[in-house]
Amino acid sequence: MDQTGAPGRVELSAAPDGTAMVRVSGAWTLPHFAAIERSMQPVKTALPAQARLDLDGLSALDTAGAGLLSVLLGPERLRAMLDALPDLAPERRALLETVGCAVHDIFAHPPPQPYALGFIGLLARIGSAVEAIWLQTRLLFGFVGLTLETLARNLLRPQRWRMAALVTQIEQTTLDALPIVSLLSFMVGAVIAFLGATVLKDYGASVFTVDLVSFAFLREFGVLLAAILLAGRTASAFTAQLGAMQAHEEIDAIRTLGLDPIEVLVLPRVLALMLGLPMLTFAAMLAGMLGGALVCVLAIGIPPAMFLSLFHADTPLRYFWVGMSKAPVLAFLIAIIGCLEGFKVTGSAESVGERTTSSVVQAIFVVILVDALAALFFMEMGW
Amino acid sequence: MSATPAAAVSAPGATPVIAVADLTTRFGTQTVHEHLDLDVPRGVILGVVGGSGTGKSVLLRTIIGLRRPDVGRIQLLGEDVYAASTAQRIAVERRIGVLFQDGALFSSMTVTENICVPLREHTALSARDARRLATLKIALAGLPQDARDKYPSELSGGMRKRAALARALALDPEILFLDEPTSGLDPITAAGFDRLLRTLRDALGLTVYMNTHDLDSIHAVCDRVAVLADRRVLVAADLATVERYDHPWVQDYFRGPRGRTAGAVYADAVQEA
Ligand SMILES: Nc1ncnc2c1ncn2[C@@H]1O[C@H](COP(=O)(O)OP(=O)(O)OP(=O)(O)O)[C@@H](O)[C@H]1O
Ligand SMILES: [Mg+2]
Repeated sequence: MDQTGAPGRVELSAAPDGTAMVRVSGAWTLPHFAAIERSMQPVKTALPAQARLDLDGLSALDTAGAGLLSVLLGPERLRAMLDALPDLAPERRALLETVGCAVHDIFAHPPPQPYALGFIGLLARIGSAVEAIWLQTRLLFGFVGLTLETLARNLLRPQRWRMAALVTQIEQTTLDALPIVSLLSFMVGAVIAFLGATVLKDYGASVFTVDLVSFAFLREFGVLLAAILLAGRTASAFTAQLGAMQAHEEIDAIRTLGLDPIEVLVLPRVLALMLGLPMLTFAAMLAGMLGGALVCVLAIGIPPAMFLSLFHADTPLRYFWVGMSKAPVLAFLIAIIGCLEGFKVTGSAESVGERTTSSVVQAIFVVILVDALAALFFMEMGW
Repeated sequence: MSATPAAAVSAPGATPVIAVADLTTRFGTQTVHEHLDLDVPRGVILGVVGGSGTGKSVLLRTIIGLRRPDVGRIQLLGEDVYAASTAQRIAVERRIGVLFQDGALFSSMTVTENICVPLREHTALSARDARRLATLKIALAGLPQDARDKYPSELSGGMRKRAALARALALDPEILFLDEPTSGLDPITAAGFDRLLRTLRDALGLTVYMNTHDLDSIHAVCDRVAVLADRRVLVAADLATVERYDHPWVQDYFRGPRGRTAGAVYADAVQEA
């Protein structure tokens, strides 16, 4: 049986009695798929209606080869031809018949025409993208409403508060983020102090570096840095957690157990962030000013006591409240976006990735947008 | 006329294609297998039965090289799975097909694309030929043709199983590992599945290692049954021998109400034939 290696082929020839013979030989197996198909081309066009099959030269056959043979001859004809071969090995007959049935099935259901490309397709994609943005915005507002409603309903019923979940979430989103938020703010504080010192030195006004650092961190950077970090770190975590649950039908299970997924999953996360972000903001303000103070002490030569007294004299307390007041709002938006994107996961691993990306991008965008609007508002109000 | 595959089938008992020797598996303090031995000759359809949680899935994962055993040796197609070089392991992996207990289809690809993955990776087929062959495998696995371009999350549980079977069969493997292939299938589809296994075994000399709870499947296709209990393979032999094996679990299993019904049905079928 050294023929097993020779690629399979098929030829037409005439039997002694004049009927056409389809002579199949060699190994009809997956490795020879392309070669077999090439040898099929001439036979396909010349195949007469009446022909006999000769499988004597066939050295090996697998499902791929059997599939090609049934495609070449057509499942019905193959069946008829096999019936005319009484001494075919039963296992070969079974394989050819099984595969023949499968091919018959495929022929009965031709594949649908693929989606049209070109100009119409382009317009269709633009249209669906615009619609998606509109739907997304509507969905976000709807979800905000739903969450607020659930919150209002549960606020008056302390027995429904999920303290364990809330505390776990605060630990994961706030406590665990504390080192990175502090470190980052410290470094940004130092950088701002350096910039200030360099620019202000020319005017002999280096001492105002203190004001620069404290204004910047109390009003803007403390909350902004903490919020952006949270948007990257926690919005993505929320989306991935809820997305994996959605993909495994866990959220449906929560519903069928008579629980409200918003109450069980979303509220603890939203509340945890609304409590956690102010704390992180406070830490970021402290760390940023510490970084600034360090640069002032080491590079400009303002002693620590003087830094403190300048800070005390120049910076009104309301700056702190201006910065702080933004924290719960941003936290609410970050948590809502993270959770909503999680609910939108549709079951594939790819969609978890897509939704996570989208949640981080949206969260950071919204944080910066809201912060900019708030800055304008506070400035106009003269606060 | 060649009869290579048939010859392989008619001579089981030659070198085993799967050989598990003195296997011990532990998770922390829990010992799942202890001194477990199992040989599977080529061309055999082996049904592995055992209570839920006795370690059937873990044993399967260990054999196919996904979980290094704590003690013991696994040989697959003559190759020591955990001592082989990467190239050797890949060569062995090409020759096996695996159906995981819950399908493990790639969720970001359609059914056809899932089946094309091994075809494209391990053969020189063009994308078009791979798709055509994938279509054939889908039909062979008994999946309706309109499921071709659906994503796994859009399929029913039983359809996912058949799609995963089609992927396992993509390369016409020498050994097929199946983890509960018929659970979640309706009885008619399950019977079709049994028939397909038998056809492929007879025609291609396929060896099948099948974890199962399905008594009908065991009666219909398994040449051998291995019973996993008390952390080892109690007995691995033909069904008649296993049924007579003196162990409370085995007796409950085959002599319980379900076991008796399935047995009686197949005894009748054999008499009619
Ligand atoms: N990754 C793991 N970590 C810890 N224990 C595990 C792990 N995987 C399996 N086990 C334990 O090993 C045992 C055997 O599990 P396995 O999944 O093999 O059962 P099974 O026989 O396939 O059951 P079933 O018939 O229900 O599928 C169980 O007790 C299970 O808890
Ligand atoms: Mg299992």
